[in-house]
This record gives sequence, C-alpha cells and structure tokens, in this order.
Amino acid sequence: MANKTFTATRMELTRLKRKLITTRRGHKLLKDKRDELMRQFLSLVRENMALRKKVEAGLAAANKNFVLAKSTMSEEAVNVAFMTPKQEVSLEVSEKNIMSVDIPVFEYRTRTSDPNDIYSYGFAFTSSDLDDAVKSLSDLLPDMLKLAETEKACQLMAAEIEKTRRRVNALEHVIIPETEAGIKMITMKLDENERSTQIRLMKVKDMLLEEAHHYSEREA
Amino acid sequence: MYKIAVMGESDSIYGFATLGLDTYPTDNPESAQRTLRNLAEGDYAVVYITESTASGIKSEIDRYSEQKLPAIILIPGVSGNTGDGVRNVSKSVEQAVGSDIIFGGDKE
Repeated sequence: MANKTFTATRMELTRLKRKLITTRRGHKLLKDKRDELMRQFLSLVRENMALRKKVEAGLAAANKNFVLAKSTMSEEAVNVAFMTPKQEVSLEVSEKNIMSVDIPVFEYRTRTSDPNDIYSYGFAFTSSDLDDAVKSLSDLLPDMLKLAETEKACQLMAAEIEKTRRRVNALEHVIIPETEAGIKMITMKLDENERSTQIRLMKVKDMLLEEAHHYSEREA
Repeated sequence: MYKIAVMGESDSIYGFATLGLDTYPTDNPESAQRTLRNLAEGDYAVVYITESTASGIKSEIDRYSEQKLPAIILIPGVSGNTGDGVRNVSKSVEQAVGSDIIFGGDKE
C-alpha cells in the first residue's frame, strides 16, 4: 500500500500535513453525505417497493379484465374501440434536489379535466368488461406515475450512494493511510538528519578542542 | 412538455392507449431496442415496458438507469408477473448498500 516515496524536505512535510487535514475533513463530509443519502434511500426504496407491489397487483387485475373483455368481443371490435383515444396525458417534469442528487418530479395533466372521460368508444358494441378494464387502468395511472418517480429516484440515488461510498473508502483506506505514512517517514528522516548533524558537530568540536589545547577528551 | 410511452406486446398494452399514453407494440428485441432508443431521444419522460419485452433488451435499459430521463419502469404484462420489476428494486438496494438487506427475506 504505502510504498509511495516522498522527498524528505520540510516543504513536503508541510504540504502533506495540510493535505491530511483537507482529506480528513473531506472524508468526514463524504461520510456524512453517504449516511444521509442512505437514510433517505432506505425510506424511499421501501416506498418504491410498496408502490410496485400495489401497481403490479392493480395491473394484474386490469389485465384480467382486458382478457375477459377480449374473450367476449371480436379482435376488430376491440381495435375499433381503442382506435381514437379521447384522453391525452402530458407530463410536466421539475427537479428536486436530495443531497445533490437531482431527481425528476412528475406532474401529469390530462387534456380533459373530467376523470371519467376515458372511454374512447360508444357503449353499444362493447362489453361492460371493457369498461371495467379501462376504469381499473385509469385508476392506476396516478400510482404508476408515482412509481415511475420513486423508482427513478431510487436508481439515481443508488448510483450516487455507490459513488460516494467508493470515494469514502478510497479516502479512508488509501489516501489517508498513505499520507500518514508519508508524514511519518519524512519526520523520521528529518529527525535522523538532525541527529547526524548534531553528532557531526560534536565530533568537530572535539577535534577543534584537541587541536587548540592538545588534550584529548577521551583521556580526561 | 413530456409524454409517456408504453412498450410491449400489443396484447398487454393496448388498454393504455385509451388513457392517452402512447403505445408502441413490439414483438422482437431488435425492434424493441430501436423503439426504446427513439423514445429516449424523443420527449418521453416515462417509458413503461412489459417485463417480457424488457428481458430481451436489459443492456439497453441499463444504459438509461443513471440518466435523469427517461424513467424506464417495468410493468407485468398480460402473460403474468415474472418478478423482474421487484428484482430491479432489490438490485438498486444491492448497488447502494452492497447487499440486499431490506428485501432479501422477501425472495422465495
């Protein structure tokens, strides 16, 4: 791991120390971000799952109705009934920011305001099962849109959490230990240099004294 | 202004037309992939795809999962629920947490 080599200078030491402080702060912030994202994600994903279960059950019921309707009507009659839809749905997309993740918020608008204005056919030639089927599907639409919103939000947040987690781990297990090791290495090297300088000075002093007074400290 | 699309076998999706959603019947993965790409580039914010159609074009769908739009949502088709939709939710938990700690017990 920490096999990076640093030049053993005071300047490098200061740089590393400063870097360590920044990294520590970044690590703490990212960790907080991850925890908060996770907290929000977990509640969102629970909601997502509940909605999905509901929508899937609703769709299964609607599909059953459609199959029933189709069994009593000819293929052509069904096609004709659905040929010209009366209703039109358009979406307004805005954004919500959850912990720096931009998630879309959908707001839907129907062309006609009457929620019952969904039957695009006369009732004379269609079975009542078809009405039930269309009604059940139309009742499900708000939930389906809500599902789309939460599911997208979950996907985006999951991606963001993964990214943040990687960053936190990289800082915690690579960058911080590496910097700490670098600081330790440089400090030890500088200390060592200082000691060797001191010894050298003492030695030189000895030699000078011996030369001046002709006595040797070793004998004294 | 965005629109909503529904893709899948025509049997599963024709009902959505009456609600005012745009339906795109597809019956093979190639055409589904092409349609999805067109929809994603067009002004569709939400694309519902039946699970059976989606199973053929997983890689294409994954491409959009980290983009903001469109939201691609799996729905069960007329042939029944394959559980892919629920699995996708568990997958995002797994991506975020590392392992599925919430719905792990729900799987049979």
